Amino acid sequence: MKQLRLILWSAAALAAVALAGLLYFTAGGPQATAIGGPFRLKDQNGRIVDTVALKGRPYAIFFGFTHCPEICPTTMADMAALMARLGPEAKDFRIYFVSVDPERDTPEVLRSYLASFEPNVVGLTGTPDEIAKVAKEFRVYYRKVPLDGGDYTMDHSAFVYLMGKDGGFRSVIGYQEKPDRALNKLKTLIEKG
Amino acid sequence: MKTVLKSAFAALLLAGIAGVAHAGDISLENPWSRAAPTGAPVGAGYVTLKNTGNTGDKLVSATADVAGKVEIHEMAMDNGVMKMRPVHGLEIPAGKSVELKPGGYHIMFMQLKKPLVAGEKVKGTLTFEKAGTVPVEYTIKAMSAGAGGMPGHKGH
Repeated sequence: MKQLRLILWSAAALAAVALAGLLYFTAGGPQATAIGGPFRLKDQNGRIVDTVALKGRPYAIFFGFTHCPEICPTTMADMAALMARLGPEAKDFRIYFVSVDPERDTPEVLRSYLASFEPNVVGLTGTPDEIAKVAKEFRVYYRKVPLDGGDYTMDHSAFVYLMGKDGGFRSVIGYQEKPDRALNKLKTLIEKG
Repeated sequence: MKTVLKSAFAALLLAGIAGVAHAGDISLENPWSRAAPTGAPVGAGYVTLKNTGNTGDKLVSATADVAGKVEIHEMAMDNGVMKMRPVHGLEIPAGKSVELKPGGYHIMFMQLKKPLVAGEKVKGTLTFEKAGTVPVEYTIKAMSAGAGGMPGHKGH
């Protein structure tokens, strides 16, 4: 009994710490700025995208892969739909789709995969080391998981991060977030940078 | 003689499969798939499996005309991390329905041979331990079709 109480209290304490962390995080405390950082990767047309050149322009970034049956295509389709709703306001806004599976996702593969989401969605890939570095900067988790017959899939964080014009973290759009809420976040980002 | 026996055996086998499929207590409801981006190597199929019988059954394998390889997968969101795992046999308890849907179980179409285009159909089969092999035809919906009240979601 005593042990159970101890376990329950520990669980409650843990939950409280997690909640506090989350509140701090969503409130945009100093920690929030730690998400994101400079990167330099290749886009689907083989051109270099460098955050240095992105200064002054807010953007969105998502980490996914093309062998992904659900989250990746639906997230991109939802983002494209939001861009359409924003209209001319979103003309120059870019959503970067960073592949966490650079071995299979070459620029050519990304070009065909993202064709239906152009021009807003830009695919980014690089060497496994380059991807690991960017993922770390954005605190994105990903891991290769073997499947039968030598195939594999990827576990990966499924957030869309919204980054300000100074390159700093602003907010996040979660998987299947209500479209109106996501739209407001994008609007705020584009207007205020 | 050998050929006669062979064809008799084949006929028996066919009758057996067909018989089980008819006698099966599994019904398929609302099979659908989602349009995939051009050149996408994978896609997903969803369907509700209803077991009206008194004994449990198990979905053991699947095929699809568009895919070189088909597996049964489970997807889960764990703290914002998408995880997907193969399922080796999906239990369909007696009298229960199991819904394969976004964010959960799905039929994973791998090595796609042609694009999944909204409005078209994917033909395939589902094989159950007891009910045998049953044909299935998935209607391909728009790419943003999913759970959680997004456009394209149909009631079930």
